[in-house]
Amino acid sequence: MNITVIAWRNIWRNKRRTLITTASIFFGVIFAAVMSSMQEGSYSKMIDNVVKFYSGYLQIQLEDYWENKTINNTFVLTDTLLQKVHQSKEITGISPRLESFALASSDQLTKGAVIIGIDPERENKITNPEKWIIRGRYIHHGDQGVIMGNELAGYLHLDVGDTLVLLGMGYHGVNAAGKYPITGIFKNPLPQFNKTFVYMDLPLAQGLYSAPNRITSLVLMVKDHYHMPPARKALKSFIRTPYRLMSWDEMQPELVQMIASDRMGGKIMKAILYIIIAFGILGTVIMMFSERKRELGVMVSIGMQKTLLAGILFMETFYIGLLGVATGILATIPITTWFYHHPIRIAGEAAKAFLDMGVEPVFAFSLMPSVFYNQALTVFILIIIITIYPVVKTFRLDISNALRT
Amino acid sequence: MNIIEIKDLVKIYDSTEIEVTAVNHINLNFEKGEFSAVVGPSGSGKTTFLNLLGGLDRPTAGHIMIDGIDLWSLKPRQITDFRLHNIGFVFQSYNLLPVLTAKENVEFIMDLQGWPKAEREKRAKELLEAVGLGDRIHSRPGKLSGGQQQRVAVARALASKPKFILADEPTANLDSHSTENLLDIMEKLNREEGITFIFSTHDARVVKKAHRVITLEDGKVLSDEKK
Ligand SMILES: Nc1ncnc2c1ncn2[C@@H]1O[C@H](COP(=O)(O)OP(=O)(O)O)[C@@H](O)[C@H]1O
Repeated sequence: MNITVIAWRNIWRNKRRTLITTASIFFGVIFAAVMSSMQEGSYSKMIDNVVKFYSGYLQIQLEDYWENKTINNTFVLTDTLLQKVHQSKEITGISPRLESFALASSDQLTKGAVIIGIDPERENKITNPEKWIIRGRYIHHGDQGVIMGNELAGYLHLDVGDTLVLLGMGYHGVNAAGKYPITGIFKNPLPQFNKTFVYMDLPLAQGLYSAPNRITSLVLMVKDHYHMPPARKALKSFIRTPYRLMSWDEMQPELVQMIASDRMGGKIMKAILYIIIAFGILGTVIMMFSERKRELGVMVSIGMQKTLLAGILFMETFYIGLLGVATGILATIPITTWFYHHPIRIAGEAAKAFLDMGVEPVFAFSLMPSVFYNQALTVFILIIIITIYPVVKTFRLDISNALRT
Repeated sequence: MNIIEIKDLVKIYDSTEIEVTAVNHINLNFEKGEFSAVVGPSGSGKTTFLNLLGGLDRPTAGHIMIDGIDLWSLKPRQITDFRLHNIGFVFQSYNLLPVLTAKENVEFIMDLQGWPKAEREKRAKELLEAVGLGDRIHSRPGKLSGGQQQRVAVARALASKPKFILADEPTANLDSHSTENLLDIMEKLNREEGITFIFSTHDARVVKKAHRVITLEDGKVLSDEKK
């Protein structure tokens, strides 16, 4: 008679109690897993937003650029550097940019704008600005025109075919000024893009700022989130002064912090939930022990070692946990899979709050394995802690006393 | 030949406010093949005595030698193993594991002893047939009468091929018919197989069947008669 068989049959002696206990684990696991899936999915979405809409996973800049973003902290991209970057197999996309500020004006109105000189084709492979064009067309190599955000254009009363006047400060304090026809208007899901961004062909921007061949950053892409650390490690080995490698998390510390604190909040909620469940399991385990004291006494009397008996009691709790976790995860998978493919779009005021943070107003879900196995792990750790009770009680069991009950 | 020698056995319970001397300087020997009853009024120390003898309760003083081994000089794990291999137990009631069938209950002890599956199945069947339950081997205890359960308990106690079987009031919860039936089976096993039984009882009909009657009073041996 295998002890696992005895343990399995024992938990079904009181079917209702076992079902209630496993149900509490079942619902707890569903809740915790769905919540984790939504959290992790949303974090990935946020990271994706900043990475795929703007910063890329990694950037190579001049050392001082991040602290002091002026046109003077630019560099000439050398073939050696480019080649070395190309050799890192994790890198899937490379795009040079020249970014600076300028005043954007129409006839009567003026507004601050971010001017981004890009390689139109390369940039399309990374942040894909072409995708968001709502009027007119995207820019090409050698284009003399610009594309701009719809809100900025609206503010300035400009549209496709009109002329945009830019005024700023160029390399080494030279005046930067120019007139540019608007070839296209874009509307990005993130509103701050639409309010401030103007894209133009890289050589055009270099002309505007009198900074021929100079760039502020080389934007690098990897396959996904998980490929960033190895790529960073590979690049760090040859990127030295005066260059500096920055990863998205270094460029977006607020986002990193926001995610960390939100994740902590979720952990606290899940911890409270699991503590409540754990006490439920403990109650069951205590009852299962005390109502069988005599029976356990008989088992030891006839020659079963207490270690083996403790093993049976552990298996009983383990089975209850396993049932709850397995059914809970099985029930969660279809839920999270559905929401993974159909993320919840938010509307109204709540959506505005998201947009203000620079995040798409979407509750995305994750199917990351850790979403599921973290629940299993948590329950099993709880089970191990809970079984301390019957195990200690077994070793303290006074046989003659147990037999007299 | 003595298989059990009890020397100056004392058990004092001092857990409560008043100290109780449940077993008070008992000296007794048991031979192989005995069929002995321990009798006495309630509270006279029968259960305590059998528990000490069975390695279930630690004596305050004295020695129990079983085949030359001083039982209580062993370590706890060794005592459990000693019980498994040398002593069969039948308790008053609720002896069996409710989740196991009659056959599985009997097999269980052989499983603990490490018998191969085929052998223990065969023996479990034989033993259940010997106690007249050949047709109930797949029944769980809940589906058996009190008398049948006690017979399964006897079969289980025999399964490990123990040196002797201790039975603490095995008929206490049985009607007269079941009592007689159980006693007949025990007596038959004693007579035909030479199994040693030591049982406690306060049932006069059971006492009548015993070959030796040890009477306890206040933890002392009042009389020890062989028939
Ligand atoms: N665990 C215990 N703690 C204190 N006293 C006990 C304990 N077990 C038994 N006793 C006492 O020991 C005496 C003998 O009890 P017992 O061996 O059960 O007698 P019997 O089996 O003959 O009825 C009784 O007075 C009983 O109250």
